[in-house]
Amino acid sequence: MTPEDWLESARADAARRGLPDLRAALEGLARATGLLRAADWNDDASGAPESGPQAPAPAG
Amino acid sequence: MTVPVELPSLVDLARAIRAGETTSESATQRCLAVIRDRDPSINAFIRVLDDTALDTARTADRELRSGRDRGLLHGIPISIKDIFDMSGLPTTAASHVRREHVASGDATVVARLRDAGAVLVGKTNLHEFALGTTNEESAYGPVHHPLDASRSPGGSSGGSAASVLAGMAYASIGTDTGGSIRIPAAACGLVGLKPRFRDVPTHGVVPLSASLDHVGPLCATVADAAAIFRTIADAPELDGLPAPGLVRGLRLGVPRRYFFDLLDDDVAHAFETTCRRLTDAGVILEDVVVPHASAIAAIYLQVALTEAAAFHARTLESRPDDYTPTVRVRLEAGRYVLAEDYLRALRGRDVLRAEVAAALDSRDGLLLPSLAVPATPLGAATVRVGTVDEPVRNVTLRLTQLFNLTGHPAITVPCGVTSGGLPIGAQLVGSATAALLHVAAALEAHIRGGRPASVPLA
Repeated sequence: MTPEDWLESARADAARRGLPDLRAALEGLARATGLLRAADWNDDASGAPESGPQAPAPAG
Repeated sequence: MTVPVELPSLVDLARAIRAGETTSESATQRCLAVIRDRDPSINAFIRVLDDTALDTARTADRELRSGRDRGLLHGIPISIKDIFDMSGLPTTAASHVRREHVASGDATVVARLRDAGAVLVGKTNLHEFALGTTNEESAYGPVHHPLDASRSPGGSSGGSAASVLAGMAYASIGTDTGGSIRIPAAACGLVGLKPRFRDVPTHGVVPLSASLDHVGPLCATVADAAAIFRTIADAPELDGLPAPGLVRGLRLGVPRRYFFDLLDDDVAHAFETTCRRLTDAGVILEDVVVPHASAIAAIYLQVALTEAAAFHARTLESRPDDYTPTVRVRLEAGRYVLAEDYLRALRGRDVLRAEVAAALDSRDGLLLPSLAVPATPLGAATVRVGTVDEPVRNVTLRLTQLFNLTGHPAITVPCGVTSGGLPIGAQLVGSATAALLHVAAALEAHIRGGRPASVPLA
């Protein structure tokens, strides 16, 4: 699901639930989602080399 | 703007009580008198504990006279954010959702304060469920800044900050999930400490976002913060109080990129003046970079809202109208985050944690402003920064939320005032809380620029 598809679906669900005030918050989340999906720390299932930093293993 | 009260240090009060110059009862009565006089207009408290506070103070005086000394907090009037459980009392979290709640026990931090002989004067107002930075959305009404009633004291621990600034308590205990101790402390000219993640237990605290929540003090001085941290932390590793010391040769990283892109002119000026004072004193300031800083807000949003939504899902369904509208909307938005996006945010958080650790490597700390703008007007949705209007929530979280994501300890210390007399704070970040407190104590006088632990008159 692309961020655009997600936003459309979320908006429709919020409208169905009678929460039109959610619209601006969902648009903000969609922008954040798009940014995170484009980030260089994400894995690529094709095995393509990472272009950015590897997320370090959690401590402990 | 009203005339601010002095901000006496709790460490000084502790010494005065032991020297016989005053008593806990007298100090507590003074705080309660200020609450009666000023709180109708400030609204810092949800519940005042007049009778039990005076009983505790009298007991403290008796114990100290008889030679039983429980430490620096013994007999000190302290307020506590109404998000901590106190046995037999409601923990409202400033929400009608918790109207019927009564705590069955004390939060760990409350129990430790009681064991230390602290006098708990009351439970303070907050942004509903700590989900906001202005304290405007509260079932008990907004908190007003003690220096300017038309402005917010910051939040979410706004009642805590206002109570200390107004002289209603010598310190307060707050929580910080994105800046909720440091933002109001900076806006009110206080010291505010967010310890390292998990240094202070959150048992008995209403959660906002469990992986971001921190507990810490708002108070007058770094030594006061250390005295409280030593009492409430699991293993404070802090022998004695940190004190002013040699600063020549201390190395601080200054992360300008991203963090300085959106600063009020007066904040920028006060911060640069602070930097000059520090370099004049021999502190070495070096530019550092957090390479993925532009992703901070996006990562924070996904983590914070998702975790908060998980906690609130049941009551969002069963009693949605008991939330204030804005807080309800934020929580509902978190219910739409996909699991894959939450996991991407967690990966990004690991990247940021490594980048902050690298910036701290071989340095004594990081230095940056605490709050990009001075106390914001109540009711404002946006605030002007330079030539742009920014949402208040985004701009107030901008300089603090990173260290909730990474868990690094951070402390704000007053560093100046705006041309209108509103406080400005500088933020120090470290690797371990005890070491950070030592660095902050050494630098405190230089950061303040010779100001005492009180807000100068405008």
